[in-house]
Amino acid sequence: MTEVNLAQALNGALDTALSSDERVVLLGEDIGRAGGVFRITDGLRQKYGADRVFDTPVAESGIIGAAFGMAIAGLRPIAELQFLGFSYPAYDQIINHVARIRNRSAHRFTAPMVIRIPYGGGIGAAEHHSESTEAIYAHIPGLKVVVPSTPRDARGLVLAAIEDPDPVIVLEPIRLYRAVKEEVPEIYYKVDIGPVRLERQGDDLTLISWGAMMKETRQAATVLEQGGVSVEVIDLRTLAPLDRDGIAASVTKTGRAVIIHEAPLTGGLGGEIAATIQERCLYSLQAPVTRVAGWDTVFPLKRSEHHYLPSVERIVSAAEKTLED
Amino acid sequence: MSSRKPGLGRGLESLIPTESDPTSAVSTEQTASDVGPSMFSLINPDGSVRDRLPVTLDEMKDLYAAMVEARIYDDKSMAMQRQGRLATYAPFRGQEAAQIGAASALRPGDWVAGTYRDAALNWRAGYPWRLLILGRTGDERGGQLPEDVNVLPPSITVGGHMIHAVGLAWAEKLKGTRRIALTSFGDGATSEGDFHEAMNFAAVYDTPTVFLCQNNGFAISYPAAEQTRSDTIAEKADAYGMPGVRVDGNDVVAVMVAVQEAAERARSGKGPSLIEALTYRVGPHTTADDPSRYRDEGELVAWEERDPLDRVRRLLERSGAWNPQWQQVLEQQASQNIEAAVSWAESIPPPEAGDMFTRMFAETTPPLLDQAKEIAE
Repeated sequence: MTEVNLAQALNGALDTALSSDERVVLLGEDIGRAGGVFRITDGLRQKYGADRVFDTPVAESGIIGAAFGMAIAGLRPIAELQFLGFSYPAYDQIINHVARIRNRSAHRFTAPMVIRIPYGGGIGAAEHHSESTEAIYAHIPGLKVVVPSTPRDARGLVLAAIEDPDPVIVLEPIRLYRAVKEEVPEIYYKVDIGPVRLERQGDDLTLISWGAMMKETRQAATVLEQGGVSVEVIDLRTLAPLDRDGIAASVTKTGRAVIIHEAPLTGGLGGEIAATIQERCLYSLQAPVTRVAGWDTVFPLKRSEHHYLPSVERIVSAAEKTLED
Repeated sequence: MSSRKPGLGRGLESLIPTESDPTSAVSTEQTASDVGPSMFSLINPDGSVRDRLPVTLDEMKDLYAAMVEARIYDDKSMAMQRQGRLATYAPFRGQEAAQIGAASALRPGDWVAGTYRDAALNWRAGYPWRLLILGRTGDERGGQLPEDVNVLPPSITVGGHMIHAVGLAWAEKLKGTRRIALTSFGDGATSEGDFHEAMNFAAVYDTPTVFLCQNNGFAISYPAAEQTRSDTIAEKADAYGMPGVRVDGNDVVAVMVAVQEAAERARSGKGPSLIEALTYRVGPHTTADDPSRYRDEGELVAWEERDPLDRVRRLLERSGAWNPQWQQVLEQQASQNIEAAVSWAESIPPPEAGDMFTRMFAETTPPLLDQAKEIAE
């Protein structure tokens, strides 16, 4: 086993998928010759050929609509959209067709396809390149949405997504692509779509997050532990379907929860998670459920993004306030 | 250009003009692709023919019978909607030739991605009446096509489905089959951005896709002439690097020939084509529409004279193959087929509440199971 970062783990997973299943094809803008804007598909066109890895015209709706047709006709397409903010032209295809064909045809036609989308801020990118609007996809019936925050999960979730008989959106945290490293087995393995990952076990407080914010969440947990708090950390990994049982089990035990997400507060998944907690764990709660989220503003440009992204300090402070009750 | 010329229609020899009709836009034995954006037609509204028809008399009768059956379905659906037995219905009256002609050019296994107004096309391509009707009663199981029929349930949003036929065809090309995909859409859909993306993708990847635009004159109320500054929709194909032809959409044989040529081109690896079938939506946009608000009834009379069924009836009559008794037999048989389909669809018990949840995924997810349990309580 070699140590790889999240980007390399994703590349490895796609490589494995292409070699183990001849129905798998990749399509997207600049994914072939250039290896993708984040180099996630680096080398795959050279290795598998231009009949498996397609550079496409700049047309997000076209990419998703074509992948959808391919999936219905028996292939297993993996489409890449370059940034979450660039996925909106494809929103019609995703909501109105990809998410619905199984229902529309009462199971006769299905769209087993994967849509990979880098998301989130923190790298000082141009406007539209830092979106964290995962809730708009998690909201849509018929879609599964996963977000890996570790290289191991990245490989396992992507391979599970490709095998899934229904469409899966894989959101890839741009900020973590090269920021986390660990040993990843090169064998074929899957991480189940659905269950949360209990990253740390503790008794006093549950921190719940996903994707890029797992970085600050882990750091905050360490700070709190150094202050003598026993912290449980949940990496949601799957945003749809939500593992309500996994969340409830933890908060029932700890009695306190802080939800951390990069997306704007209003309408973010934190609200759904908080509602689930009060429905299922009210009598175990020792303190109000707290959210640490992005502000309800447009994601700011480089010079202001540190004001926007939830910081370790904000998480620690929210957790300490929760612990006062 | 197709090298294939229409053959001598067996049984239809008497209809072949001895010299080319000076009013005809088509000289003898031209194919659709020879004509391009000027209009290709074979049968005149009076039932005379402009050229040798590449169909036998039996095939001609079969095309006619199919159009008769489709019209009976359309009329029946309008009546049922008025009686509250169907949800909103979008009639295709006037467009039977475009739809029956196009579907008659396909082979089993070919893909069809059409619209809510394409019931005749879908039926001819294998979508059973009973499922079309079940769907229009407001039941998702109407989209559960037989395993051997590759027709997608109709797309209700405008234009999003054209690119699906690119993906379907692309997959067949990659798999190495000789299947093609036909997508049908209206003049209004050509204004959607997805039309551009679909045409461009198909051309770039040479996918075996046939784009069939039924230009029926209106996008609900908006006239086709205001929809675009192009003289024809067919000529838009030029910009994408694919052939575009305009056919008389009320001429069932012309449409069939044009789609056959495009399909053959696609099957032989030469890529996509665009066909504009010029026709007219005789009925309203849907049962919820009132066309008197936006169109002149005089226009309607002119198009009724170009009726796609009448011209074939006249043609058959000229060759001694039509009489009122046969018409009656056809109509009776068609009505029986439609009535049987209606009875079947109306005998299906409504879906259970829980079915909503189990249709979402191959394996129903835990949150949906919770909700299904809640609704069952």
